[in-house]
Amino acid sequence: MSTKLTEQVTFYTEDHEWVTVHGELGTVGITKFAAEQLGDVVFVETPEVGKVFKKGDDMAVVESVKAASDVYAPVSGEVVDANAALADKPETVNEHPEADGWFCVIRLSHGEELSGLMDKDAYLEFCKGL
Amino acid sequence: MSMNTQGRPTAPTSTSVSDIETVSGSRGLLQAEGLIFEIGTSETTGVDLPAPQNRTGRLGGVARKVATGLPGLSEPEMVRHYMRLSQRNYAIDLGFFPLGSCTMKHNPRLNEKMARLPGFGDIHPMQPQATVQGALELIDELATWLKTLTNMPFVAMSPKAGAHGELAGMLAIRQALIARGEGETRKRVLVPASAHGTNPATAVQCGFIVDEIRADARGRVDMDDLKAKLEKSDDIAGIMLTNPNTCGLFETDIKEIADLIHDAGGYFYCDGANFNAIVGRVRPGDLGVDAMHINLHKTFSTPHGGGGPGSGPTVLSEALAPYAPVPFVVKNEDGVYSLVEDMDGEASESFGRMVAFHGQMGMFVRALAYILSHGADGLKQVAEDAVLNANYIAAKLKHVMTPAFEGYCMHEALFSDAFTADGIETLDIAKALIDEGYHPMTMYFPLVVHGAMLIEPTETESKATLDQFCASLESIARRAAQGDETLKGAPYLAPARRLDETRAARKPVLKWTAPASDTVAAE
Amino acid sequence: MRYLPLTDDDRKAMLKVIGAKGVDDFYTDVPESARLGGKVAGLPDHQGEMAVERHLSKLAAKNRSASSGPFFVGAGAYKHHIPASVDMVIQRSEFLTTYTPYQPEIAQGTLQTLFEFQTQVAALTAMDVANASMYDGSTACAEAAVMACRVTRRKKVILSGGLHPHYAAATKLLCEAQGLEVVHLAVAVDGEMALADAVDDQTACVIGQSPNIFGTVTDLSGVADAAHEKKALFVSVFTEAVALGLVTPPGEMGADIAVGEGQSIGVPLGFGGPYVGLFACTEKLVRQMPGRLCGETVDADGKRGFVLTLSTREQHIRRDKATSNICTNSGLCALAFTAHMTLLGDKGLKGLALLNHEAACDLADALEAVPGVEILTPRFFNEFAFRTPMNAEAVLAMLDEAGVVGGVRASRLFPAESMGDVIICAATECTTPEDIEAYAAALKEIV
Repeated sequence: MSTKLTEQVTFYTEDHEWVTVHGELGTVGITKFAAEQLGDVVFVETPEVGKVFKKGDDMAVVESVKAASDVYAPVSGEVVDANAALADKPETVNEHPEADGWFCVIRLSHGEELSGLMDKDAYLEFCKGL
Repeated sequence: MSMNTQGRPTAPTSTSVSDIETVSGSRGLLQAEGLIFEIGTSETTGVDLPAPQNRTGRLGGVARKVATGLPGLSEPEMVRHYMRLSQRNYAIDLGFFPLGSCTMKHNPRLNEKMARLPGFGDIHPMQPQATVQGALELIDELATWLKTLTNMPFVAMSPKAGAHGELAGMLAIRQALIARGEGETRKRVLVPASAHGTNPATAVQCGFIVDEIRADARGRVDMDDLKAKLEKSDDIAGIMLTNPNTCGLFETDIKEIADLIHDAGGYFYCDGANFNAIVGRVRPGDLGVDAMHINLHKTFSTPHGGGGPGSGPTVLSEALAPYAPVPFVVKNEDGVYSLVEDMDGEASESFGRMVAFHGQMGMFVRALAYILSHGADGLKQVAEDAVLNANYIAAKLKHVMTPAFEGYCMHEALFSDAFTADGIETLDIAKALIDEGYHPMTMYFPLVVHGAMLIEPTETESKATLDQFCASLESIARRAAQGDETLKGAPYLAPARRLDETRAARKPVLKWTAPASDTVAAE
Repeated sequence: MRYLPLTDDDRKAMLKVIGAKGVDDFYTDVPESARLGGKVAGLPDHQGEMAVERHLSKLAAKNRSASSGPFFVGAGAYKHHIPASVDMVIQRSEFLTTYTPYQPEIAQGTLQTLFEFQTQVAALTAMDVANASMYDGSTACAEAAVMACRVTRRKKVILSGGLHPHYAAATKLLCEAQGLEVVHLAVAVDGEMALADAVDDQTACVIGQSPNIFGTVTDLSGVADAAHEKKALFVSVFTEAVALGLVTPPGEMGADIAVGEGQSIGVPLGFGGPYVGLFACTEKLVRQMPGRLCGETVDADGKRGFVLTLSTREQHIRRDKATSNICTNSGLCALAFTAHMTLLGDKGLKGLALLNHEAACDLADALEAVPGVEILTPRFFNEFAFRTPMNAEAVLAMLDEAGVVGGVRASRLFPAESMGDVIICAATECTTPEDIEAYAAALKEIV
């Protein structure tokens, strides 16, 4: 069963994904740190609505001019929405990575996985060490 | 005296080049030139064909509805268009092209002349074999050279390029495993992290799973990692290893690697991209190789043509030869050559056909002309001079740049970007070389070296050329070490400045479309 | 050794700078047992330009060139006239001896011609976009099948019985290596429409050809509709690019992917290669397309320029996740195609296509008049199959003695079928009335 959260909380992975949890849904994207490292994003392949991922599965692809990177599912669950606006405006990922540049919304199937992720302070500390 | 002050000045006065604007957009010899779609019209044609009678009787009405609208140009306009475009290209005939792992050597014109003989250029792949005996003999003669130079018993001639040769080799391995009844179980292929991207891509195309092995501090295969990966070996299909490797180094443990793979029940695919370093001096068949493609466009100097066509004949060991692709040429006892095209008889175990027809004949002619011109003695000299030139560059630049590894290299010298100041990248050094009149080296490859710069001079460069190049690169390297910000804007003197690749990829414009105003005017 | 500039003095001086005693020092990493004492045994030493030219000319003289007499061989490669200026363009050093345009600042020549090529191919096939070319038509066909499976996430590919058998073989090989299922429909002269009945819910794509291997032209719109109804893709194949000047092109039939051989425009027969594969698709599929793509952009001064783009699909970046392992295109052949097409223009292409069709009509009329000959191809462009009253191999051999290269026997292309009395022949703008007369006369004599 998914953990019910009454307010929005954002969690981070060591692979630079973020997930903002609201109720049983989680909005997923890549972090500001990742967006800066990648450089100019030119294309995002968001997952299909209805697809089910396990935590750590390849979920999306983000492409800069010279590199393509896989985005892993930060939590398990089913994709219920994907950010169609990124198709025309991939630069949104660079401009607002942790807001309008979201990739998809997942219905969490294993809420307990969240306990293994970092909060914002822990993530920022983690990035300093890279 | 009579004072005649007419006539042009005999000495120039100085004006800054960048200030000069021209009405035409041309810059002297560099002529401005639009796209053919902006120059030509669909009613213009540059050919004089007999007038058709507009009979379409046997077409059954399966006719095109909308015209192509493609523009035509008269012959002088067409010639001038492509001449003007040609002036925007760098080329090996124009200058030094030290592009690592690409072997940009001189392309002899004799080879072009031979390939254009009507007996080679104007024969059809499906005309009766009795009418193409000379062509089949040529393929057989080139095959004999390739087999002897590599000490391998068989060569598949049909692969169209290096990556296609990789496919041939890996499909032969797949077929051999199937014949052993292990096609479903042996799926893992070991590939070093330094490998060219085609290696893992090819393995996956053949249904294999890629398992990456690390490089050690000497730029070679990490033997401990390899052994660990082979501990459980019943799923091993083989290894794909470039030798000399992409760091420009000979794999010291190559025989042990081959033995380990064979003991594990797998096969050894050697990427022959760097054969130029050892041709005529080392035979891959003596190293335990089961399959290796040979890039005729690298080692044997068929022209690169701005990105192909290449050619990738692939030599095979006794173990893999039965599975070779059709077609192949055999010489019968009566001296007649024939093509084995069907999968029966001697090709009954073949893995199949990779391509229509028999391979890149045009490249075979060129490669054989090159090989005959050099002979066994000349090819050995090719390898030695290629390696000598690379080591000379390494020696001249090691004081100002950071060699990636210690010791001598083979045919290419590899540096990392450790010597550059913060903010200056390998890319900036490469682009600055353009202003110096050189084609840049290969950059950011292999991936195992940070900011890699891979310099392959080849054997067809003179000492004077290498000295000039080293002087240019040394000066750029010093500026990079000092953090000279002007490098970031290079090139300044090329036909185009740095191009916006982000814009090209975000909103791809992949063909010309008529401006909206034209459409309105036409309606 | 005329291609090696270093002198012995140079070599000595360079070794001194390096600090090596000799070149053997560079090869000490080679295992002892694999070091050769001298040069490779069993091979001759170097030869001068005259000797090489003499030897190769002798080999060339043993072959009968297509221009040396009446010539009617097609089946995937066609004897067309190539204007002299086309060969001159591709022999320019700046195109011939340069590399893939990875440094766009000094490769705008190559890049602009690729952009023109892509536009021409898209227009010719009536498709949205085209790539910068593939090895040849057969490998393009195989890549199209694999791409269709990637796009639809399905695993079944259906080939028509009229698909060039080499294309079918190359496609089958690549698909089966990747665990994809290939269904090959029964070989038929006029059976492309059978694809419409064969497509089902598991099908990734159906692959049909027009004109097909027997020369039959077919409007495959019905196949496209049937495929789309099952959410499958329709791949439209052609081996004779000139045909598209006259017959219904892939885009007008609703093709999702169009692939074919571009040899007919600008590229010599050359015994089968190098050729140039054409690959085009709809806008929607562009990011799944294999091979190189050139795109328009601007440089730092704001001037129009071109670069290779969407390269993240390719092997050098995606490695084991690439759309294909292909690392090259057929650049110089693509340039030949573009230069020739630029000479032709729409008007020249139409005229050329008509001349081809008319020559084939005249040939069919002449052969049909020979007693016992039956034309099998119901609708054709410049190639058709006919039945002879005798074994086709024997007929072709006798035609050869009469100086006529009469075509390809179907049994060479389809050894498993009983087509021993079928010949496939082609006529082009190079075919003269005298050639046709000679063919008909010789055939009459034989049968």
